[in-house]
Amino acid sequence: MIDVKNLSKSFGDHLVLNDISEHIYPGEKVVIIGPSGSGKSTFLRCLNLLEIPSAGQIAFDDAEDITDPKVNIDKIRRQMGMVFQHFNLFPNMTIKRNIALAPIQTKLMTKAEAEEKAMELLRRVGLEEKANAYPSQLSGGQKQRIAIVRALAMNPKVMLFDEPTSALDPEMVGEVLSVMKELADTGMTMVVVTHEMGFAREVGSRVLFMDDGKIVESGTPQEIFENPQHPRLQDFLSKVL
Amino acid sequence: MEEYYLLWQSLMIEGEKLPFWQEFYVKFYQAFIENNRWQQYLEGVGTTLLVTAMALCLGIILGVLVAVVRTSHDQQRPGKKNFFLGVANAICKVYVTVIRGTPMMVQLLIMCFVIFSRSREFTMIGALTLGINSGAYVAEIIRGGLMSLDPGQMEAGRSLGLNYVDTMRFIVIPQAFKAILPALGNEFIILLKDTSLITIIGGKELVYAAQGIYGRTYEQMFPLIGVACIYLVLVMLFTWLLGILERRLRQSDRR
Repeated sequence: MIDVKNLSKSFGDHLVLNDISEHIYPGEKVVIIGPSGSGKSTFLRCLNLLEIPSAGQIAFDDAEDITDPKVNIDKIRRQMGMVFQHFNLFPNMTIKRNIALAPIQTKLMTKAEAEEKAMELLRRVGLEEKANAYPSQLSGGQKQRIAIVRALAMNPKVMLFDEPTSALDPEMVGEVLSVMKELADTGMTMVVVTHEMGFAREVGSRVLFMDDGKIVESGTPQEIFENPQHPRLQDFLSKVL
Repeated sequence: MEEYYLLWQSLMIEGEKLPFWQEFYVKFYQAFIENNRWQQYLEGVGTTLLVTAMALCLGIILGVLVAVVRTSHDQQRPGKKNFFLGVANAICKVYVTVIRGTPMMVQLLIMCFVIFSRSREFTMIGALTLGINSGAYVAEIIRGGLMSLDPGQMEAGRSLGLNYVDTMRFIVIPQAFKAILPALGNEFIILLKDTSLITIIGGKELVYAAQGIYGRTYEQMFPLIGVACIYLVLVMLFTWLLGILERRLRQSDRR
């Protein structure tokens, strides 16, 4: 589904991603873990070209190389939902409009369809009474659930999560993770950058451990957590578990 | 009314020392009422407001244009630079530098006596010059607003598949507009007062009217203080209106 070949990214002289190749298959729940500054988020952001890779190719679905400047990146991004650490809801719009804006403006749905879809999604996460509220009236956990729903409104094929729970109060982490678990159960392809090892173990179908711009180890949650091979991973797990 | 004026005025001309209030009355009458002079002030206010409105529209159009060109140039994907945007960006930079780097009065004189030396439409030349001048400042205000917004907003819009223009239109610009409204209001007030400068090229606005009157009566205090009061009232009025607009836009901030 997503095929990454020899991906590199540098900011100035600083090499953040060092020649990464990886394939993400449909239905997979790939969880990326690793220490801060290891390039996890940059890797994720390269997948939908929020960061432009310095080198390498990314194939997605039918598109052979989405890093080619001739490719219409907006069309690609419509099929890749993204959830951010800091929610990035649009504070100038109501929740319903936050969700319905993109489907309407990209002509994916009519206004009525989009609003119906928005309400249906809001019901799914138990926030339908917030439809006409503004983002500033919500708690962090509620905001992040809305952000997930907003991405889902575009009917994406893949969902990318960039540390979705890192900016939340501890008591609100659970509600967001449970929405993500439900989403995983529907068979959605997911790529999740997180520090929640419990989530990685429970939901992930594959775990990637990144360090210093490289994928150091990759395997099922059992392999990664029960039987880590690489000394860096052993060191990392001993600190976080 | 008029009898008193004529009586006391003739006494003053004869050199008699009048009580303060009588002298005040004579000068006030002379400055505002005699020969229906208040109409000249009123016409001046009309022209001032018209020039302000025209300059404001032109300034905002120019400002938005320049700001959008400058920001979209700076936000291009590396390796996908647009040549024409580069040229437009260079022109915008020269425009802002030249306009901000020269005094408004000099700009007015150049426009009037060099560029449009054959035209007699001094008021219109004044409005045009003010608009061009204001545009440079408005552009920088808007650019500041666009840049101050959390880049995450742009990223969120783009990650949903909205294109650059739609993201700007629905997400970035409405929020930036709210943020820059106080600065924009400030610019508007400065513009309103700067219309007084077009007097020097013969634009028939408020100060021009006052000058015409004290040129005839040789009594400067009342026309000038009167004009100052009119500007003050206008500015206070617009400050109040801007406050209402700001409160409207703050709707989404309520908790």
